[in-house]
Amino acid sequence: MTALDQVEVKEGVDQETVDAVAQLSGAYKYGWNDDDIEMEYAPKGVNPDIVKLISSKNEEPDWMTDWRLSAFERWETMRVPNWAMLKLADIDFQDLYYYARPKSMEVKPKSLDEVDPKLLETYKKLGIPLKEQAILAGVEGAENELPERKVAVDAVFDSVSVGTTFQAELKKAGVIFCSISEAIREHPELVKKYLGTVVPPSDNFYATLNSAVFSDGSFVYVPPGVRCPMELSTYFRINAENTGQFERTLIIADKGSYVSYLEGCTAPKRDVAQLHAAVVEIIIEEDAEVKYSTVQNWYPGDENGKGGIYNFVTKRADCRGDRSKVMWTQVETGSAVTWKYPSCILRGNDSQGEFYSIAIANNYQQADTGTKMVHLGKRTKSRIVSKGISAGHAQNTYRGLVSMHPKAKESRNYTQCDSLLIGSQCGAHTVPYIEVKNNSSRVEHEATTSKVDDDQLFYCRSRGMDEEEAVALVVNGFCKEVLQALPMEFAMEAQALVAISLEGSVG
Amino acid sequence: MALPKPKQDATDARLGAVNVPDGPAWARAARTDAMDRTAAMGLPHRRDEYWKFTDPSALVAVDAAPADVLDDDDALFSGSGALTLVFVDGVFDADASDDLAGEGIEISRLADAQDLHWARDLYGALETAGQTPVERPLAALNTATATDGVLIRATGNVARPVCLRYRRSSDDADVVLHHVIRVETGAQVTLLETGSAAARLSTVTEVSVADGGTFHHVRQQGRDHQRRMNTHTFARIGAESTFKSFTLSLNGILTRNDCVIEILGDDAIAHVAGACVGDGDNFVHDDTIFITHDAVGCESRQVFKKVLRNGAVGVFQGKILVKQGAQKTDGYQISQSLLLDGDSQFLAKPELEIYADDVACSHGSTSGAISDEALFYLRSRGVPEKQATNLLTLAFLAEALEEIEDDALADDLRDRLAGWLDRHAG
Repeated sequence: MTALDQVEVKEGVDQETVDAVAQLSGAYKYGWNDDDIEMEYAPKGVNPDIVKLISSKNEEPDWMTDWRLSAFERWETMRVPNWAMLKLADIDFQDLYYYARPKSMEVKPKSLDEVDPKLLETYKKLGIPLKEQAILAGVEGAENELPERKVAVDAVFDSVSVGTTFQAELKKAGVIFCSISEAIREHPELVKKYLGTVVPPSDNFYATLNSAVFSDGSFVYVPPGVRCPMELSTYFRINAENTGQFERTLIIADKGSYVSYLEGCTAPKRDVAQLHAAVVEIIIEEDAEVKYSTVQNWYPGDENGKGGIYNFVTKRADCRGDRSKVMWTQVETGSAVTWKYPSCILRGNDSQGEFYSIAIANNYQQADTGTKMVHLGKRTKSRIVSKGISAGHAQNTYRGLVSMHPKAKESRNYTQCDSLLIGSQCGAHTVPYIEVKNNSSRVEHEATTSKVDDDQLFYCRSRGMDEEEAVALVVNGFCKEVLQALPMEFAMEAQALVAISLEGSVG
Repeated sequence: MALPKPKQDATDARLGAVNVPDGPAWARAARTDAMDRTAAMGLPHRRDEYWKFTDPSALVAVDAAPADVLDDDDALFSGSGALTLVFVDGVFDADASDDLAGEGIEISRLADAQDLHWARDLYGALETAGQTPVERPLAALNTATATDGVLIRATGNVARPVCLRYRRSSDDADVVLHHVIRVETGAQVTLLETGSAAARLSTVTEVSVADGGTFHHVRQQGRDHQRRMNTHTFARIGAESTFKSFTLSLNGILTRNDCVIEILGDDAIAHVAGACVGDGDNFVHDDTIFITHDAVGCESRQVFKKVLRNGAVGVFQGKILVKQGAQKTDGYQISQSLLLDGDSQFLAKPELEIYADDVACSHGSTSGAISDEALFYLRSRGVPEKQATNLLTLAFLAEALEEIEDDALADDLRDRLAGWLDRHAG
């Protein structure tokens, strides 16, 4: 942790956040479960009645209910995709709770004293600073007490958003940041215009299911020319047992705007695998830029592969306007199974997409992750840097598509996928698809697979590091290009996570 | 599981119409089994993962589309002093061929081979092994229905290459050939292939290289502009053995070359390379290569270069699979395309699947046009544009041609390529 102590903290980052990050040590830290928080469940299983129930719980208008129902109808005709290099037990989609919320959230509390103390306890354990907890717990007026803090947070606890901070300050800048259920009620014109236009309800099995049953998520709208004054952040936590979490995030960056968005996730240790199927849609208009960073740290299951989160996520950004730009950065250390391909549709001329990824799989974790870069506009550029690390019995696959359409003249792609293997029982795989349909574009793909370099390890050990520390350092060096792309708070957390995720993988 | 309906229908239609010759008695069980496997798998369909870039319908269709007959092209490899075996419309022509006897080598014809114990163990066996993890139903169909082919067994160091020269007299020949090659411990042999075999051709070549054996393979697929063909090479190689295969492809409507190599012995070497030039929107060329490392300290290389123009489509699907325990593997794979104009396409899926940690595997894939600077440089030195383009194109293809062990053979193919570029220059 010494390295972390010396990190210069960027302006606007709370010391408390830094401390919380610095404390990240030991095995999975977020594995407790707060079973004594009283939850309200919808009955198990999914059918049109459950879809209607979720819709009515969120007080949605009829058009939204119909949208969900048509997605559900579609979903019933679809099959579970099996093309990924993942070995999964069959998921019984009727044996899950599709809606769960803390009972105490039925009526919004008026002050910190009214908040269910157990809910507060959970946030405290998550390392979210106390003052912020007041806001997260939904205490009205609490945000005025915190003028110096610069990260706005939306926290999603099982199925519902429990609170969004800094709405007022963001409002001054014209930025809308709220839960998607609130956006459906308060800003139906925006939701109607954009929802499902990047990831249509029929897109794929998990996205379609999400369209039918998503319970909450975040909504961001940044108006033309506005540079969002602070970083926006969402914390997701799955707490209840046998619950599927289906959140939906919609981000709209209007002309010339900029926003940086962070996403973090944790879940308790449970013996039974749990399902998480999220959809993120990003719309980027002319000259706008969106940075989306994820540190995914869902419970990965125990060292024998029991339990853990099944993470099936559809993330896609549509660079609609000319010169628009999107940057995906992800650090995937958690989940028993990861199935995730954040994609960029580069529609506008001169638009740019970037994808930086670290995927670490240890024990019996399986990751099949990558990106799609679809070049439609002229002079579009994309860059993919993927670092996969496998240890224990884990399988780690990079799967990606680079497509240059005939009209995407003078476009450019550079892809680099490196895999690192630690131990002889794991696997690292690369499955890139490259489709070039014009000759003025250049596509380059490089991939390497190797083990942790013995010389580097020897050097570290001769300087007095133990083997585990040495491996963590070498691996952090291997990941450097991606870690550098993360916002500061996340970079530190990610760096610590890289070391933790590999614990027990050596020797 | 039931096959999807379009696939089932196409399979039923083809298998219903196919002519199944008995073949030699010793291969009958393997052939019956292959037919059953074909029916169970179903013939390829555009929806299949490994046919998503190339439409197999012309290979699956009941009838072969006719193709114009060209003059025989006997020039290539004529200086190699090879023992030449001639096939006309897929039928062995003993009169036109050299004497089958040779030192350190046994050659027989599939159609009239008596009980050959060594071939019985291989016929269909390597093909069957090559069906996992990816099904190759066209190869199974070939095993079931092959009408002819050669069985070659090398027992010593065979200095004289064996050349298979395919000729054609009919414009609708639909030919199925199946070759089996066995290189015994420490033996060495070179196989050459050239000529236009048929309007539609299916070949399967099963190659078994024992410990310390060496197998070189150089082939040209050219001349016949309207051919539709699929070839499969299934190789199984032992310790300290060498397998090298190079293919030059020119012309053709649809060419799909599958190569499946399994490295079973330590310290073996497997190289597969190909150069392809394609002109016109009816040109599709597909290389699908699977190399499996199942031994320690082996080296594999895949080097594929494609030059495409006027709407030609180039496909590369390659895989290096390193099994658990196959430590010290050195795997390399490169697939590159040079797109000479805006209409051509390059579709690639270069894969790595690795289950061992002490390995160095890399792959690269690039696609782009001729560099303006390089062209400008040559032109500023007085080289006319057409020649400059051809020069740069040959330079681009050079890495693949360097994989050919024998310099004389490589020069032969370089001349062939230069001639093609001159004729097809824009």
